[in-house]
Amino acid sequence: MLAETTAFTIDGISARPVRVEVDVQRGLPTFQIVGLPDAAVREARERVRAALVNCGYDFPLKRITANLAPADLRKVGPGLDLALAAALLGAAGEISTDLIRGWAFAGELALDGTLRPVRGALAMAEAARAHGNAGIVVPPENAREAALAHGVDVRSIENVSELRRLSEGIFPGERPAPLDLTRVPALPDMSDLRGQGLFRRALEISAAGEHGLLVVGPPGAGKSLGARRIASILPPLSGDQILEVARIASICGVGGGAISAVRPFRAPHHTVSAAGLVGGGSPPRPGEITLAHRGVLFLDELCEFRRSSLEALREPMEIGEVSIVRATGRQNLPCRFTLVAAANPCPCGRGEDDPGCECTLMAIRRYGAILSGALADRIDITLGVAQPGAEAMNGPPGELSADVRKRVMDARMMMENRYGSPRTNSSASSAETKAFEIEVGATRTLADAHLTQRISGRAHDRTLRVARTIADLDGCAVIGEDHMNTALSLRRREAK
Amino acid sequence: MSGAGVTAESACPECLRRSWLIARLADNIQVSCDDSPGNRTPELLRLSDEDLTSAVAPKQLDEVLSGNSDITEALMVGALLDSGCWACCHHDPRFPDGLKDGADAPRALIGKGEGFPLSEVTTEASVTIVGSRRATGYGLEVARTLGRDVASTGLTVVSGMALGIDGAAHRGALERGRTVAVLACGPDRAYPVSHKRLYRQILETGLVVSELPPGCEPRRWGFPARNRIMAALSQMTVVVEAAFRSGSLITAEMASDAGREVGAVPGQVTVGPAAGTNELLANGAALIRDARDVIDRVIGVGAMPLRIVGPPVDRELRPVIDAVERGCGTVDGAADFLARDSVEVAVGMARLEVLGYLTCSITGNYSRTSQEAPDET
Repeated sequence: MLAETTAFTIDGISARPVRVEVDVQRGLPTFQIVGLPDAAVREARERVRAALVNCGYDFPLKRITANLAPADLRKVGPGLDLALAAALLGAAGEISTDLIRGWAFAGELALDGTLRPVRGALAMAEAARAHGNAGIVVPPENAREAALAHGVDVRSIENVSELRRLSEGIFPGERPAPLDLTRVPALPDMSDLRGQGLFRRALEISAAGEHGLLVVGPPGAGKSLGARRIASILPPLSGDQILEVARIASICGVGGGAISAVRPFRAPHHTVSAAGLVGGGSPPRPGEITLAHRGVLFLDELCEFRRSSLEALREPMEIGEVSIVRATGRQNLPCRFTLVAAANPCPCGRGEDDPGCECTLMAIRRYGAILSGALADRIDITLGVAQPGAEAMNGPPGELSADVRKRVMDARMMMENRYGSPRTNSSASSAETKAFEIEVGATRTLADAHLTQRISGRAHDRTLRVARTIADLDGCAVIGEDHMNTALSLRRREAK
Repeated sequence: MSGAGVTAESACPECLRRSWLIARLADNIQVSCDDSPGNRTPELLRLSDEDLTSAVAPKQLDEVLSGNSDITEALMVGALLDSGCWACCHHDPRFPDGLKDGADAPRALIGKGEGFPLSEVTTEASVTIVGSRRATGYGLEVARTLGRDVASTGLTVVSGMALGIDGAAHRGALERGRTVAVLACGPDRAYPVSHKRLYRQILETGLVVSELPPGCEPRRWGFPARNRIMAALSQMTVVVEAAFRSGSLITAEMASDAGREVGAVPGQVTVGPAAGTNELLANGAALIRDARDVIDRVIGVGAMPLRIVGPPVDRELRPVIDAVERGCGTVDGAADFLARDSVEVAVGMARLEVLGYLTCSITGNYSRTSQEAPDET
């Protein structure tokens, strides 16, 4: 007898439908899975057999063939276990084949028949809706996440034995309540950053205009401490963005299923490979930049990252998307993130102007090459920080994140009104920067800077964009002289 | 571009052949220097062709010498023309006078660049500025302003185009006047490669010279050899920043051996980068704080009062200058020091940078330039 149902396999950051067909015929008892399964899918045979037997089903001692279609799509992971078990039960006549045909199943089986969670439940539930399935059955751990997908029936079951109720014509399991997205987890607060006024301001500007930020200074200056607090001043994600971000996080198995409106903050270690950073491997997996989509990618110790990793960042940063091409196909993964980077001025961290620095010339030049390299050229804001003095350390705590965030959100509103779409100043084109309203004094300041400093055309536009964000934070429609000067002080200097 | 005043044919073939011989023996000289560390290149290069060859390549003596005398003038001039170089030897009146008297001076100079006539490179009107390759921001700033201000008085700044101080001195000189780069390789090669742009700039408005023929690669022995030319070319050698056992100290020693004046810029006494220059000062070198100190010795006391005064500065920005002078390199550091709002200080520092009172490194660290603020009225 033949039974079929639907399962999903993860391909990049999307769930692709897989038709699971199981045929049970008389013959030598075998259980074969065909249709380009990977090792985890092939091993499903053993899990499905043990789970069904332990749940009291009769495992048919016949010739069992499972086919996964389309045959040219590589099926990965253990998420197909439940669908295989359901189709097998249908083909063996234990449950109704009609009911399972229109449904989708996702879940890994334990040997006692318990369901284990899978990655990408949200994407699978959405794919089930798009594929025209009546509903999807998921493990309980994934249920509330999957329930975020509208327009598709989501049921959670704990054990494969619950499928027996299908033979009574009843679809088992509970309808879980969707996750509460308004819940905001506690984040480290900006008030922990004492003193460091310009650094705080730079974080605020970066958060408001999505400007890349590079902060250079000795260890202990609070670079990482400050950078890690940027998440607490970013505006919350909108409804669609939450689902977009949650889908990626769920497929990559990060965040432990915690879905909220908080923007992602990714801080890969400096030993990360280029593939780990931008995505890659075979089959291609999303990298850190995709996980940081709509949030912040923080590179601590920027100069210690491999050159190849940093080089690989450039193009995706520019276009907000990374394209991974393999012989088997191409994947476009989104990666609109704000880059925040921290670096020591030299390997010992003291800085070459400090007489105690004993770093070699080559090491200092290597650092300088990265700080003035092509990646740094795509970062809008650069500033140097020093260790705060004792007075600042013992002084009052800084402003609360909630207050800073309010200014950031107001500034974003001004930007949205300016561009007519939810864009930020960092994305302003050269033509748009020319349309910025600027005070005469500020124009003169910029012209003076051109005369005495070396400012490239790219740096000119960058300064204008940052000045625009600073004015937006102050609620000014026109860029003033102080805004321009602050932007000039935050620009990247040329190597000497 | 006024032209160097000399051409590929300005040197006599005998003197040119010496350069070709040194290039031919370059590897042997390196081996011989490696074998006996005390054996200093300038002493080797003082030897006659035969003695030099038998000293570094005794087994190939005849082969090298006969091979060298077989090199035709046409071949050498052709090589010079192909690489756009010119040459001048000590028989020529246009040859720099500083190289005419020394026993170990090169017999011919091969050069490139058309910035000004070679005949105007006289000991009297030249100052050599050298220093550590691994310089601090302070040292680089001093070298640049020193180069600029010395050049602005019409003197020629001689240096070695190395990383660090040398490069900064050339850059400063290029802003206002003349500079000569002495290379340890053929003059048609930009070494170090990262100074390729600087090399091109010097070719345009200055001169690049060497005792080696075009195409010759740099070798370790070439640097002390190059240093003796730098020391001899000018009447004063100023070391801006040098650690112990720095190559710049060799240049200073050679300058003093050649009867030239030596000056040094003082630095912090506690640690590395200025240990060598402070040592020079302790041993009697002239103390150099700015170009005025150089001019006082090279031209005459008070010959050219130098004081670069910048544009007017607002009253409230003066404390910011003061804070940077006291070592507050970052905006937040200065704001802490002045107990003022960071953004306000950032605005002030950006303004002061534009006005030329401050400079900022790629690591975002501010330092003070030599430009003086006008007196408050």
